[in-house]
Amino acid sequence: MSTATATNGRNAATTADASSPQRELTYLDAISEALRVEMRRDETVFVIGEDVGAFGGAFKVTDGFVEEFGAARVLDTPLAENAIIGAAVGAALEGLRPVCEMQFADFIACGFDQLVNVAAKMHYRQGLAVPMVIRLPSGGGFSGGPFHSQNPEAWFMQTPGLKVVAPSTAADAKGLLIAAIRDPNPVCFLEHKALYRHVKGEVPEGDAAVPLGEARLVCEGSDLSVIAYGSAVLIAERAAEELAGELGAAIEVIDLRSLVPLDREAILSSAIKTGKILVAHEATRSAGVGAEVAALISEEAFEHLDAPVRRLTAPDVPIPFSPPLEQAVLPQLEDMKEACRELLAY
Amino acid sequence: MASTPLASTRMNSTSAARTRPEDLHPRRGYDLLPEDRERLLRFMLMMRFSEERALALYKQGKIPGSFYDGCGQEAISVGAAYALAPEDRMCILHRDLGAHFVRGLTPDRYLANYMGRSGGVTAGKDGNLHFGAPELGCVGMVSMLPDMALVASGMSLAFKMRGEPRVAMTFFGEGSTANGQWHEAMNFAGVQRLPVVFILENNQFAYSTPNSLEFAVDPIDRAKTYGFPGISVDGNDVEAVFAAASEAVDHARAGDGPALIECRTMRMHGHGAHDDMSYVPPGLLEEWRERDPIDRYAERLLDEHGFEPEAIERLRAEVREQVEDCARTALASPMPEGASAHEGVFADAWRELGDGEAPWSRWADRQVSR
Repeated sequence: MSTATATNGRNAATTADASSPQRELTYLDAISEALRVEMRRDETVFVIGEDVGAFGGAFKVTDGFVEEFGAARVLDTPLAENAIIGAAVGAALEGLRPVCEMQFADFIACGFDQLVNVAAKMHYRQGLAVPMVIRLPSGGGFSGGPFHSQNPEAWFMQTPGLKVVAPSTAADAKGLLIAAIRDPNPVCFLEHKALYRHVKGEVPEGDAAVPLGEARLVCEGSDLSVIAYGSAVLIAERAAEELAGELGAAIEVIDLRSLVPLDREAILSSAIKTGKILVAHEATRSAGVGAEVAALISEEAFEHLDAPVRRLTAPDVPIPFSPPLEQAVLPQLEDMKEACRELLAY
Repeated sequence: MASTPLASTRMNSTSAARTRPEDLHPRRGYDLLPEDRERLLRFMLMMRFSEERALALYKQGKIPGSFYDGCGQEAISVGAAYALAPEDRMCILHRDLGAHFVRGLTPDRYLANYMGRSGGVTAGKDGNLHFGAPELGCVGMVSMLPDMALVASGMSLAFKMRGEPRVAMTFFGEGSTANGQWHEAMNFAGVQRLPVVFILENNQFAYSTPNSLEFAVDPIDRAKTYGFPGISVDGNDVEAVFAAASEAVDHARAGDGPALIECRTMRMHGHGAHDDMSYVPPGLLEEWRERDPIDRYAERLLDEHGFEPEAIERLRAEVREQVEDCARTALASPMPEGASAHEGVFADAWRELGDGEAPWSRWADRQVSR
């Protein structure tokens, strides 16, 4: 469906605009609201993680939850990520809907085994669904250093059985989290920390879900497609605006939103439409989302291309601490504009 | 004893089962009727004969991969599982085939699973004992040990959160106690006082690694440091295992939290069929063979419980015939279609686990209620 899908996604959002009351929320508050909505709606939903209870979480996503839902449903755990995820697997098998919080996405490494070996393969091996969400505060840009800045989504795309989502707007953060909680599979929910308080937007009230697996058309264009997700969407959107002014270029921006399942139709129809593709993400380059999207396009839409598919990503280095080093690694607006200019001129 | 100093140390501590802290007081012969005793022997025989049959299939080239069994450890899975009520849940490991049988699985599905047949519990998706029959309340293990200790804890967390008097039980070897996830599970279960029972099978070796290279402090001594009772029992005595498990299950069901039961035993075969056990000190297997859990229990039924020798012979013949029938069923089961390899990565809906069978006479007249 593609342009159709992506357009539909946008239309759906527009429809929601018209039908349900909205107000401006931060990306962070939208995540909190999704959790509240689902915990009010469904008593099997509960939060489990480190410091999520009385303290309200390292980023305050669950601030005030203990007061509303009680400590048993906002469960503070020992510092043990495998215990958080493994216990969530067991609870999910028994009919609960756990939402695990990793304090930082980086710490998923300490719970990796339960996620990739137990949770992800359970349905394939045993026919048992594991409905659980793993919230992963991810991304850099604030001198978090190598252990508080990673974007580990590609690890999970390599693990059949896991769904992976990465919203870039407040509305999608809410709608995708609701969908993730209702999904009967383990879902890795990547929430970019730099967007927490920086991104604000109109968010529908109520409990409408944004379906997993549908990309969002951010802005339409015919000269070049930038396919992005997470923090890179914001940069792409700005680059498109500025280059429209500077060069009169019509750049299409697609926000993937879901990485597994990937909206292949949206990607291919945009590629077919513009013939020039830049895939952009903050995560490292090799064997990443960009590589997957580029391979998909070259396999399925090669004859429609007017230029090689290009990638704008972090290089294959850990995320360094010092601001100038970090800036040198994370894709910046100027990098995005330059990559677009090169492709436009190709 | 012809064993090495290391082995004899372990043997000595095994023969004198120790209890600490003294919170559990299992009673021998805990509410067992004659039919219970017959079933305990029946399930142990079913495990022994099924694994012997599977080993023959392996040697005939009908089992892909390798073959793993729990020869010599039959009393543990049978005795522990026998304590559970229907609505309780289990994560069963690879030396614990007897627990599957107690909960109601038939040997054909085990044998078919080993052969990668469509009639196996996982229909070829996973091998050997990496399965649980969902309809019998069992969740299949993974190879990473002791991951299921956390999954069982999570199941029991759901019971606790819903206020249900139910228990989860899982097994692991002493090798697992060296892994960080074991600590995470024990600690989390202790902090939350979860209704979970951990059955530790100390079979002397983690593959080739002896106890002396596995831990400096006996795992059973760690139970109290996690805030719950631990007890060490003779793992080759099915009623001793059952008595301890019953006590632990009741303790957990009453809301008093987890318990750790160490069952001291010996892995009588290699880690897998490919393992020649060259690392086992001379004489050790012979020592343990004299304490075979099945022979010992049959003798006890004759000597202490008035069973007739003919009845036991009849039981042996009956189980052997059942296993042979099941082998025929398993061999008749077709291999899965290759296309099914692409199915089932994701779930469309959540599916509830069923209840297992609970053959202990204690549950005979009981209505299951949650």
